Amino acid sequence: MKTVAKFEIGFEQYLDPEGKPTKKLPRTANKEELLKLYRLMTLVRIFDTKAIALQRTGKLGTYASSLGHEAAHAAIGVAMKEKDCLAPMYREYAAQIERGVKMSEILLYWGGDERGSNFSGPAHDFPWCVPIATQYLHAAGAAAAFKYRKEERVAVTVIGDGGTSEGDFYEAINAAGAWQLPFVGVVVNNKWAISVPLEKQTAAETLAQKGVAAGIECVQVDGNDIVAMREVMEKALAKARAGKGPTLIEALTYRLHDHTTADDASRYRSDEEVKAHESKEPLIRLRKYLMEQGWWTEEDEEKLIEECRAEVDEAVSEYQNIEPPGVEDMFDYHFEEITEPLAEQREVAIREARRNG
Amino acid sequence: MAKMTLIDAINMAMAHELENDDRVVVYGEDVGVNGGVFRATIGLQERFGEERVMDTPLAESMIAGMGVGMAAQGLRPVGEIQFSGFIYPGFDQIISHAARLRNRTRGRMTCPLVIRAPFGGGIHAPEHHSESTEALFAHIPGLRTVIPSSPQRAYGLLLAAIRCPDPVIFFEPNRLYRLTKQEVEDNGEALPLDVCFVLREGTDVTLISWAPAMNETLKAAAELEEEGISCEVIDVATIAPLDMETILDSVAKTGRAVIVHEAPRNVGVGAEIAANLAEHGIYDLRAPIQRVTGYDTVMPLAKMEKQYLPSTARIKDAARRTMED
Ligand SMILES: Cc1ncc(C[n+]2csc(CCOP(=O)(O)OP(=O)(O)O)c2C)c(N)n1
Ligand SMILES: [Mg+2]
Repeated sequence: MKTVAKFEIGFEQYLDPEGKPTKKLPRTANKEELLKLYRLMTLVRIFDTKAIALQRTGKLGTYASSLGHEAAHAAIGVAMKEKDCLAPMYREYAAQIERGVKMSEILLYWGGDERGSNFSGPAHDFPWCVPIATQYLHAAGAAAAFKYRKEERVAVTVIGDGGTSEGDFYEAINAAGAWQLPFVGVVVNNKWAISVPLEKQTAAETLAQKGVAAGIECVQVDGNDIVAMREVMEKALAKARAGKGPTLIEALTYRLHDHTTADDASRYRSDEEVKAHESKEPLIRLRKYLMEQGWWTEEDEEKLIEECRAEVDEAVSEYQNIEPPGVEDMFDYHFEEITEPLAEQREVAIREARRNG
Repeated sequence: MAKMTLIDAINMAMAHELENDDRVVVYGEDVGVNGGVFRATIGLQERFGEERVMDTPLAESMIAGMGVGMAAQGLRPVGEIQFSGFIYPGFDQIISHAARLRNRTRGRMTCPLVIRAPFGGGIHAPEHHSESTEALFAHIPGLRTVIPSSPQRAYGLLLAAIRCPDPVIFFEPNRLYRLTKQEVEDNGEALPLDVCFVLREGTDVTLISWAPAMNETLKAAAELEEEGISCEVIDVATIAPLDMETILDSVAKTGRAVIVHEAPRNVGVGAEIAANLAEHGIYDLRAPIQRVTGYDTVMPLAKMEKQYLPSTARIKDAARRTMED
């Protein structure tokens, strides 16, 4: 039999888990940019810890932690331009914060208040997306709109390893390839989809290779290496912006926390496994590199943590002090103009709310 | 006899069928090692093995569609959708195939598939985890839609669903999963899939409800009793096909009907019941039929959930209105 097609999946890495360069670092890995990224990742880590504490004390609903994913998320945020469009899943806080979403808005959403999804930052960014994989098609559609209007804009979307088993994922990357859309799909492979490990999710060796079937460029990257993650994102965005087609990026990372605060991961994975991944998480590696370069000291670290804590505390108090919505909030955003039957029900609900104090 | 919660009863029914019928397989996202996100399938994989209690990849179209395939080829698949709000990728398979296979093949092929899913609001869950969408399924010819609201009914109805030769959508009110305990005997006795349950007898007004709203409805009935209003309470439970006979008999006695459901009012199952009451029981009615339902809004997130769900107070008001004749 003769070979009619051949494929290879590349793996990108610049910093190993010890923070040692594995090759010459790219232009974006300069002091200023790396410090900015380190600051963002630290802020999100502290935000995350706080959000979990709020949930545990009944002040927040179920919350999906981003612990361990910070580099993948931060790189997405930093590489994108404001005019690009993000269609996130539900835990990419670093990307969103970088794009101007406020931490208090993230808390509002997970606190069970719809107003959180009317967030700051680019008004064209999609809200959090809980129905797995559906966001991939929104991004493909957004990319189609940009292409139609000949705008130099890119739609970026994010999915988990589990999400790549859904039909919507395949449909989106296939359409992106068929139409050569300005689309960048990131697969944040954190090895687990709640309790289902990657080996049970798919027989594929990599998730990046799913892009092969869609005929699009695909690459695997060390998602805990912020330098590699940023570089791969920048390249994919530039390619898409130049009208040269979509890219699928598989970012290898690990979910260090429970799936959400409603989950208990000790039921299905061992402490040893988690421990083995703790040393590979993205902040340690970047800090080591920064210190090695003489760009960062223990004092800088302490100061940064203090600053981030203060910023997070402020966000928490903003969240906790916001006036609760009136019951009208439930009715007023279904249509541009409220329909008559709905307006009648709105009156009933207001009366009920008054009665119940 | 053991006292158990509704979720324990569901687990017990699946275990009973796994034990007694080797055609039965249980499958879905996180149902194996983790025992389901609510633990409905806890212990089943340990007991019956990975070949019969299977963790699936994350794909609902796959769960529903492979269910059709397995059922058509002689298995008795019991698939779990993690929350009813995530059933939509599987909608095509359920509606275009599960519900129609028998009819399309003039009975040559059948689809004895059960799709279970946690259902309804009131547990402060995130977005898309709290909707009540029974009407979407009740509307589909060829499907049965069942929602138990007590441990005993959960056990008996799930046994019946698994044994049913046709597809059944089995919604489990997650708010009731652990709310109360009841004695349930693991006797393998199924309940009929087309008969409503009269939970309380009364003479003045019939309260008709199902799913988690059953809880508030029963409370309202107890409180109304103290006011001197005697309520008959019906748990519809088998939403489709609908047992109108039991409902009509009750309304013939009381002359008044209040229908309570969490789902939006517009084209809800309550409308079907009201239409049937109008068609077949209008001369028994002594007051206009009342509906106490969710609003015609998107199910709100946790902060506003309480304002959306039919409250005991709203149910009592509606019952009192029927008494103002
Ligand atoms: C369509 C759909 N099915 C099921 C769920 C329930 N659910 C929420 S998160 C999740 C696992 C997601 O895993 P993965 O895609 O790997 O993303 P991760 O959470 O690990 O980042 C599941 C099954 C859902 N939200 N949407
Ligand atoms: Mg995952």
